[in-house]
Amino acid sequence: MPKAPNTALIQISGKTSGALIELNNVTKQYPNQPVAAVENFSMTVQPGELIMFVGPSGCGKTTTMKMINRIIEPTSGSISIDGRDVLSLNPSELRRHIGYVIQQIGLFPHMTIAENIAVVPKLLGWTKEKTSDRVQELLTTVGLEPGDFAHRYPKQLSGGQQQRVGVARALAADPPVMLMDEPFGATDPITREKLQAEFLRLQASLGKTIIFVTHDFDEAVRLGDRIAVLSNRSQIEQFDTPANILTNPANEYVSSFIGRGTAIKRLVLVPVTAAKLGPASAATRTTSFVQTTDSLRDALDALVLTGASALAVRDEENRIVGSINMEAISAVLGVEVPLLARTTEN
Amino acid sequence: MNLDLNGLFKFWSRRWDDILELLGEHLAVVSLSLLIALVLGVGVGMLVWNKPMSRSVVIAAAGVALTIPSLALLALLLPIFGLGWIPTVIALVMYSLLPIVRNTVVGLREVPPAIMESALGMGMTPFTVLLRVQLPMAWPIIITGVRVAAQVTIGVAAIAAYVAGPGLGQFIFQGLSSLGSKNALNFALTGTLGVVVLALLVDAAFVAITRITTSRGLRA
Repeated sequence: MPKAPNTALIQISGKTSGALIELNNVTKQYPNQPVAAVENFSMTVQPGELIMFVGPSGCGKTTTMKMINRIIEPTSGSISIDGRDVLSLNPSELRRHIGYVIQQIGLFPHMTIAENIAVVPKLLGWTKEKTSDRVQELLTTVGLEPGDFAHRYPKQLSGGQQQRVGVARALAADPPVMLMDEPFGATDPITREKLQAEFLRLQASLGKTIIFVTHDFDEAVRLGDRIAVLSNRSQIEQFDTPANILTNPANEYVSSFIGRGTAIKRLVLVPVTAAKLGPASAATRTTSFVQTTDSLRDALDALVLTGASALAVRDEENRIVGSINMEAISAVLGVEVPLLARTTEN
Repeated sequence: MNLDLNGLFKFWSRRWDDILELLGEHLAVVSLSLLIALVLGVGVGMLVWNKPMSRSVVIAAAGVALTIPSLALLALLLPIFGLGWIPTVIALVMYSLLPIVRNTVVGLREVPPAIMESALGMGMTPFTVLLRVQLPMAWPIIITGVRVAAQVTIGVAAIAAYVAGPGLGQFIFQGLSSLGSKNALNFALTGTLGVVVLALLVDAAFVAITRITTSRGLRA
């Protein structure tokens, strides 16, 4: 961390992993508009939590997020990070301690990748050596070879690479809080899935407090610790873990937003090992496997694809530890399965 | 009166030092004026780019200045500033301001909103955003304005000989005032050709200046 600047921000910047965010009755009312964009929004986000704001466009989810770093000023209510009143701080200094990633990325085209990442460290007055060390470290973290990428310009990078730089830039000063506005929204599905997986791995080691805005419910299920399903005026329809929302949608609005196929969506969240594995001998085919680290959805996918009744499950050393079939998957979802008394041998 | 090429070449070889001196003066007065106009124009542009009212006023005023015939403008400046460099530089700065101010304003405003938002979101103050993001991104457009101003002022500077200003205009006016004499055409022609050559050289120089001063990330 940088030497704490002599501002009111010492408490926010003193931490690098996770801060408590509290929003209390936050309202945004634009002049000359009959209804508020955000009305009485209250939420407590625990340190290290990855919170997804999901809702249709225009529901106020982005507005709500942008009030936390005061890109948009709330009309009333209070916002605090680790107990410090955000609205009483200098907005520019506040923002240097909150990572910010937007869908359009917004890399500065006239600066090299290294210069882009160094923006916040420079604002914070880091030394040259410390900044350049940090740039190298971050490029490596997001999977871009520093020697190859540091001196390129944004236009010389693909969309996915630019988005990685966007994330690296937001992480530059190791802020405890990150705000992400549909960061993977503009990338193609394959790149998006890759970025999501990398992002999850990154967050597992960093433990930032993250507010992540998306309109893609599947993305919310995949990434979020908790999901806030929002309707007009940023009203919270349900705020719970992905599994709980999928199992018990609070109301009609939430169900309709989740859409069909909730069972399959839930499978994404469950590792293969959560199912009762059958005997290894039940797997008739030896050419298709699932790994113990895969999700039940991967297992289902493989079952459907191969038409096999059971698939072998391998652990990380590629030893076969059992088999999995349709009943085992259904059982995890709580669906009544005829009691066929499957035995587990591991 | 026929064009006597031999006579022209002889005229050039005899007065080569004078010609070079006037070319140098012409370039110097144009460069000085452009430099002043650049500082003034970019400064004014930075002050008004996000204020619709002052922006319109400034651009309209600079536009009006450009419509005043150069001879009339010099005649107006003469009683106040006298003869020589000062009225010339003032006139040239006035003619340069419109393209520079207008391009500065356009360039600063053309920075995409997403880039403005990410700059602010990272904790830059609005002034830092202006200096470190908008100005460098607007630079290719601003320098294009300066290039246009250079073309205008090289031409106008020739008229400045009317107020005893420096540069090739002296030859042109000398030729015009001695019509019928042996060297009248040589004077006028040499002055005019000099202005054209200078304009071409300066324009070529701007291609290089633009390239050198623009970030590689912004080049097409």
